Amino acid sequence: MKKLINKPENALDEMLEGMTKAYPTYLRRLDQTDVLVRQDLSADKVGVVSGGGSGHEPAHCGYIGKGMLDAAVAGAIFTSPTPDQIYEAIKAVDRGKGVLLVIKNYSGDVMNFDMAKEMAEMEGIQVASVVVNDDVAVENSTFTAGRRGIAGTVLVHKIAGAAAERGWDLDKVKETAEKVIANERSMGMALSPCTVPAAGKPNFSLAEDEIEIGIGIHGEPGTHREKLVSADAITQELFDRILADYPLKSGDEVAVMVNGLASTPLMELYIINKKVHELLEGLGVTVHQTFVGEYMTALEMAGMSITILKLDSDLKMLLDDTADTPALKVIGTK
Amino acid sequence: MAELNQIIGALRLMAETIEKNKEHLTELDGAIGDGDHGINMSRGFAFVKETLDKGGFQNAGDLFKKCGMALVAHVGGASGPLYGTAFLRAAMVLKDREDVHAADYVQILKDAAEGIKMRGKSDRGEKTMLDALIPAYEAAADAVQQGKSAQEILNAAKVAAAEGAVGTEKLVAQKGRASYLGERSIGHQDPGAASAALVLAAVADYFAAEK
Ligand SMILES: Nc1ncnc2c1ncn2[C@@H]1O[C@H](COP(=O)(O)OP(=O)(O)OP(=O)(O)O)[C@@H](O)[C@H]1O
Ligand SMILES: [Mg+2]
Repeated sequence: MKKLINKPENALDEMLEGMTKAYPTYLRRLDQTDVLVRQDLSADKVGVVSGGGSGHEPAHCGYIGKGMLDAAVAGAIFTSPTPDQIYEAIKAVDRGKGVLLVIKNYSGDVMNFDMAKEMAEMEGIQVASVVVNDDVAVENSTFTAGRRGIAGTVLVHKIAGAAAERGWDLDKVKETAEKVIANERSMGMALSPCTVPAAGKPNFSLAEDEIEIGIGIHGEPGTHREKLVSADAITQELFDRILADYPLKSGDEVAVMVNGLASTPLMELYIINKKVHELLEGLGVTVHQTFVGEYMTALEMAGMSITILKLDSDLKMLLDDTADTPALKVIGTK
Repeated sequence: MAELNQIIGALRLMAETIEKNKEHLTELDGAIGDGDHGINMSRGFAFVKETLDKGGFQNAGDLFKKCGMALVAHVGGASGPLYGTAFLRAAMVLKDREDVHAADYVQILKDAAEGIKMRGKSDRGEKTMLDALIPAYEAAADAVQQGKSAQEILNAAKVAAAEGAVGTEKLVAQKGRASYLGERSIGHQDPGAASAALVLAAVADYFAAEK
């Protein structure tokens, strides 16, 4: 596998340095950590912190800025960050109004964030957390670790971040984040795998004409493999799976995210988006806002995911609020 | 009875054993997880070794606390908080203690398993490290009941953990990344159970070699 890196063990550190140098007005690195924090931490708001393994850029550090995250913690590639680092992030952004942790539902992330939360609470910091589990490919039963958190996490950052920016209190910001989680669903697919630099070889293999449906953002297995078919047919398949889990009816309003996993050209993502819109129109569902691009990637994997979030008036308002971050910009009135 | 320098020796052997089995653990995780368990464990235990090299431990409890913090801060993944919790539980058992007895070892296994259950919201039979650790505790407790020697107690835990780890092959994973595979996880050994068995084997082997 060809990669533009120096040494696998330095990739995380060098990436964080590069990000810091790219966006000095937005973020800075906390000394001796893999934590990036927002430059203008305004005094009077709830802090919003997220993070996870690296390899999903621009997630999560790219969402630091007004109306989204106050800090993001970067773990080793595809590995949860550790509690000490998360704790540093919490301490750095707490302004006495408490801190919300946005966690993706992976055993490692949940446990490391939980430990950090306990550490911060022992220091008297108020901490709340939400766990994002938008991926309908995984059965949400008591016999699994539950659904995974994928691209829908970015919409949680957006909306919880806007709620915090409006000065809402910790309980209300948490409730709002939970509302997003309850009303969004995603599903992805892959055309080709990715390689973790330290592992040196791809984490699965697909034949030239084969795709994997329901893949996770670390190359975890999906629901099944099938022959490559048209973009419309694949979109239909993912759409049907999402709607089977979260039915929509005529008159509903939604936000749509078509997320590229890294090696899929925007052209293809737009083709998918066209079909998603047609399918929603066919149901009488209105699309309030659309995001097409690379929001939550999986190293150099090719493929994409579709996320649909059903909106109410509060969520619409928060989604339309200003977000000014390196990786996501929305120009709003607030 | 074991003294502080012997416990340090056992922990060193533990770190070496993990390093030696790094590839093996990563391969096991590659089959049903994300192929990083060996990488995570070797990174964490390298810091345990560094902690041991630094020294300056007040007592056995302090030793386990410092090693536990090294694991929490450097393993990452799911196994970091779990192994970290296990070591911190051991630190509580050994609080202010200069030496360690066989009965303490049993208590450590018990409390470590309880800590992991709590942190991981998991239990026996779900194809995790608990399927090595809980049988090890039971075997060690049995051996104490039967009035066995300290070495026999350590060996009993080692054997039971190894059997438990192999036994995970026939289980369906219900926790961690492997649970996404459901039935397809059958036939593969759980990497966390394998590493737990290695850790307990290192303890028994260290003291056996001392004799
Ligand atoms: N809830 C749990 N309870 C007990 N053990 C668990 C639990 N979840 C995972 N494990 C153990 O952890 C092992 C996997 O550890 P590993 O170091 O590979 O972390 P990981 O799951 O890949 O984490 P990450 O997703 O952050 O990379 C499993 O083999 C299992 O024994
Ligand atoms: Mg793993």
